[in-house]
Amino acid sequence: MENIKAIIEALILAAEAPLALDKICVVLDEAEKTEVKNALDRLITEYDERQSGICLQEVAGGFQFRTRSELSCWVKKLKGTKPASLSPAALETLAIVAYRQPIVKMEIESIRGVDVSAPLRGLLDKKLIRIVGRKDVPGKPIIYGTTKKFLEVFNLKDLSELPNLRELKELNEQQETIQEFYE
Amino acid sequence: MDNETTNYAIKLDIFEGPLDLLLYLIKKNEIDIYNIPVALITEQYLQYLKIIKSLNLDLAGEYLVMASTLIHIKSRMLLPVPEEPSEEGAEEDPRAELIKQLLEYQSFKEAAADLGKRPLLERDVFTRSAPITDEVDKSAENDDELMEVSIFELIEAFHRLVSRIDKKDLLEIDMEKMSITDIINDVMERLTREKNLTFEELLGERIDRRRIIYTFLAILELIKLKMVKAYQTSAFGVIRIFPAVES
Repeated sequence: MENIKAIIEALILAAEAPLALDKICVVLDEAEKTEVKNALDRLITEYDERQSGICLQEVAGGFQFRTRSELSCWVKKLKGTKPASLSPAALETLAIVAYRQPIVKMEIESIRGVDVSAPLRGLLDKKLIRIVGRKDVPGKPIIYGTTKKFLEVFNLKDLSELPNLRELKELNEQQETIQEFYE
Repeated sequence: MDNETTNYAIKLDIFEGPLDLLLYLIKKNEIDIYNIPVALITEQYLQYLKIIKSLNLDLAGEYLVMASTLIHIKSRMLLPVPEEPSEEGAEEDPRAELIKQLLEYQSFKEAAADLGKRPLLERDVFTRSAPITDEVDKSAENDDELMEVSIFELIEAFHRLVSRIDKKDLLEIDMEKMSITDIINDVMERLTREKNLTFEELLGERIDRRRIIYTFLAILELIKLKMVKAYQTSAFGVIRIFPAVES
């Protein structure tokens, strides 16, 4: 298939949500996965190289055309939308859920040191987190995790793309030194 | 100690909880988080709680729990360290648990800030499929669904405007010649130019009783003639006048 790149481009444009690699392979029934992946990579570079207003991005386990972030002021003007902003409390709660999932409310509260009912509800409403299940301990607390929409909104390929928590590593090292100090 | 504890800037709303407040105090005093002077921090922390209370703000129970933890740690720090360590190993620093909590919270606070800085969908980046309102220039205040308005809402808008103008002006007798036909022509001309306008916009700067009444009558006349249509986005919302036929 010599025009595979063009086909993939069309598929991604026509798809409503980020289009998964597997899905593209299914549509192009005879195509090899590596071949599709190569074509995708070529497409991504092409868009980058010609400094296009849109870029092909890997988000939430798929590929999607998005406008470049530098151009946001223009697009916003066109759409006249106000971005739904998250409060610091919501953002902190979301970060904890994202890094520590699956997690129950009590664990989030022990990290933040305050009640998180309100931010949790807000995040559920915004569909950034979801109820994954119930923990098998007394009280059967609800377990939370992030959603696919979270990846889409925060421009993440998958959860592994979350940057490492800086302090935690440092913390463990430091704890050892504290212990040494006291020995 | 006193001069250190008196002049705090009050920025209470920025604290996300007791840990956040502690982090703030640590940063403000340029203290090493691994070696917190508990006495100083406890004092400042309690000072803050006083401020919160004096402002009659809702003091979450968590703040009090932290206060008691701090006091507990402070008292433990005062106890002499046993000369011979017990068999279980080293005596733990009474601050260790708090330090761990603070560091953990701090790392998530940073992670949250990092998340917020990412190119967010619908804030920094956009996808293709989102629907766009047809009136691009007005879309900011016009993105709700339009609904047709009844005559009562028009009257109410009229009433709102009349009650807004200064009562004194009502006594003046203005002999300016104005005819409904003039206003109708004026309204139609502006509507074809601007595509849609609110009642307020149609009046422009010249808000006097006569002008309001004439404009109102002109709109009613135009609606009757089916030359314009009036819509509003929600009950009590702004009423927009559209030309009935696209020019």
